[in-house]
Amino acid sequence: MLEKALVGTKKYWTWVFFLFAVIGVGAVAYMQQFNYGLGLTGLSRDVSWGLYIGQFTFLVGVAASAVMLVIPYYLHDFKKFGKIVILGEFLAVSAVTMCILFIFVDMGQPMRIMNVMLHPTPNSVMFWDSAVLGGYLMLNIIIGWATLHADKKGVSPAPWVKPLIYLSIPWAVSIHTVTAFLYAGLPGRHFWLSAVMAARFLASAFAGGPALLIILALIVRKFTKFDPGREPIQAIGKIVTYAMIANVFLLLLEVFTAVYSNIPGHMHPFKYLYLGLEGHGKLVPLMWTSSILAIVSLILLIFPALRKNENTLALACIALFISLWIDKGFGLVIGGFVPNPFERVMEYWPTLPETLITIGVWAIGFLVLTVLYKVAVSVREETEGVELEH
Amino acid sequence: MSMDRRDFLKLAGLSTVGMGAGWVLSRPGDILEASQFLQTKELLNAKQWAMVVDIRKFKTVEDYKKVIDACHKIHNVPDLGNPKDEVKWIWSDSFDHAFPGQESEYMPEEMKHKQFVLLCNHCENPPCVRVCPTKATFKRKDGITMQDLHRCIGCRYCMAACPFGARSFNYRDPRPFVKEPNAEYPTRMIGVVEKCTFCEERLAKGLMPACVEASNGALIFGDITDTNSEVRKVLADNYTIRRKSELGTRPSVYYILDIPGGDGNA
Repeated sequence: MLEKALVGTKKYWTWVFFLFAVIGVGAVAYMQQFNYGLGLTGLSRDVSWGLYIGQFTFLVGVAASAVMLVIPYYLHDFKKFGKIVILGEFLAVSAVTMCILFIFVDMGQPMRIMNVMLHPTPNSVMFWDSAVLGGYLMLNIIIGWATLHADKKGVSPAPWVKPLIYLSIPWAVSIHTVTAFLYAGLPGRHFWLSAVMAARFLASAFAGGPALLIILALIVRKFTKFDPGREPIQAIGKIVTYAMIANVFLLLLEVFTAVYSNIPGHMHPFKYLYLGLEGHGKLVPLMWTSSILAIVSLILLIFPALRKNENTLALACIALFISLWIDKGFGLVIGGFVPNPFERVMEYWPTLPETLITIGVWAIGFLVLTVLYKVAVSVREETEGVELEH
Repeated sequence: MSMDRRDFLKLAGLSTVGMGAGWVLSRPGDILEASQFLQTKELLNAKQWAMVVDIRKFKTVEDYKKVIDACHKIHNVPDLGNPKDEVKWIWSDSFDHAFPGQESEYMPEEMKHKQFVLLCNHCENPPCVRVCPTKATFKRKDGITMQDLHRCIGCRYCMAACPFGARSFNYRDPRPFVKEPNAEYPTRMIGVVEKCTFCEERLAKGLMPACVEASNGALIFGDITDTNSEVRKVLADNYTIRRKSELGTRPSVYYILDIPGGDGNA
């Protein structure tokens, strides 16, 4: 089926070559980083994780969100998701690919990456995270490919696919729970030491991922003959609404606990992020942008009339996605490191090469997504009007 | 037997996976734990090395400098000249930064401005060891929290896990920044994490850590499980505190405070 990605319109090829160009720029920046070291980034002795690990964390959520389509379709027999569940699965493949690449570009000694498998260490959460992410990538490639291949032939997928689909549901929850545990189990990092960390991660994932999916579905409809349909998009819109409410609620729980308890160690990261601490406030404008966009998206989502209008729904999804990207892809990681273990404020800001590498990895993700969506859409276009067998 | 391209690829794929698995399984010697460290004849033994910092004996800037320099010189610790890329094994900081949350605005002025010697605590329950995904950082049988710099992948999870900011990362090639390289001790490469090792290379030769030797008795070093050791005697005779002991990492570095007005030898 991959051959379908090799034929396309001029627009398709322009987009693909544009992505290649962006990847090329990122690759050059990465070679620089590879030779000079991570000193090329804004990372420091005090803020030792930054944009890369933030992107990784955010994208694990996007990957896990495929389950929001799989559950209604396979567990509740919600037929309307039949034709777009593949878009969720392929989005997960692209997101996990980016996760792995972000870990890779963050490593001081990337050539030693296999050490994680050669010296398996079950007491390290990172060992489990690499295991569950690898497994999730395989599951989604196999499930997505097998179901799409069956659709193409007009038959039902092989009987071994169903158990894998059921397995992918708890697996999706596990990848984001384990990722939250990377942070939530560290002594002395007050901002991360929270029992609701994994719950908040899942809530933001189930809002952000499906919001991105709505945007992608609308793009697919605009540029191809495959229409994901109005009803599935509306149904996903409701999922996004509930998940975003849960996410904002969980964030407010964190703020209450920190602020009302008045424990300095717990308050300081929030102060740094939203008000500035000891005259340092590089993240303040960004965090308020995130908050305002969250409120805007909630207003657009909660009122049914606005949500039912696809234009305002798209706007809501874009606002929500940017809001969560700032909150989780940036603020969450930096807030854990500022102030540092000596209660000193040492700030972080990404450098140009670091930003180019980050954009380059996103471009690789979009390229993987474009190729997989091209295949899926081509199959859907060929089999238009045919009922699915699974 | 005929075989189409698809079946051939399937078989080829399976064989590759099988060969990979076989290769790993056939090398148990490499997978097994290597002996932790060289058991030399002169080796000083302990169950848990510990240090007491007698802050009363640090009086002048020189007292700190000679201790810090002794360590950084023999261990080829680079001077990168900026706080972002900084690498340090032992350093000093004021009370409110060394013991955040313990300070009070009414405490003696002298104490407020006093510098405290800081280094890796060689915790009995180290979070850095718990999180390391490759066992590159590990707890030795003598209690030293050690690292294998050839196994470290540079993920910096240990830096996030350490509540004491004890760990430094080689953000760039450190070698050009080592002023007078000591040929007896290795320099480090780019992209790995490093910290104080309680001078395990000196213990192997029967010597005390370099900082202890240079401190004129201000740093006391010994086996905390040995009731007759000097550290135990000092701990029994003096009130000491540890950094962030509430976190349960059980630091092995203790501090005797300078209490103005007291006779200093309570």
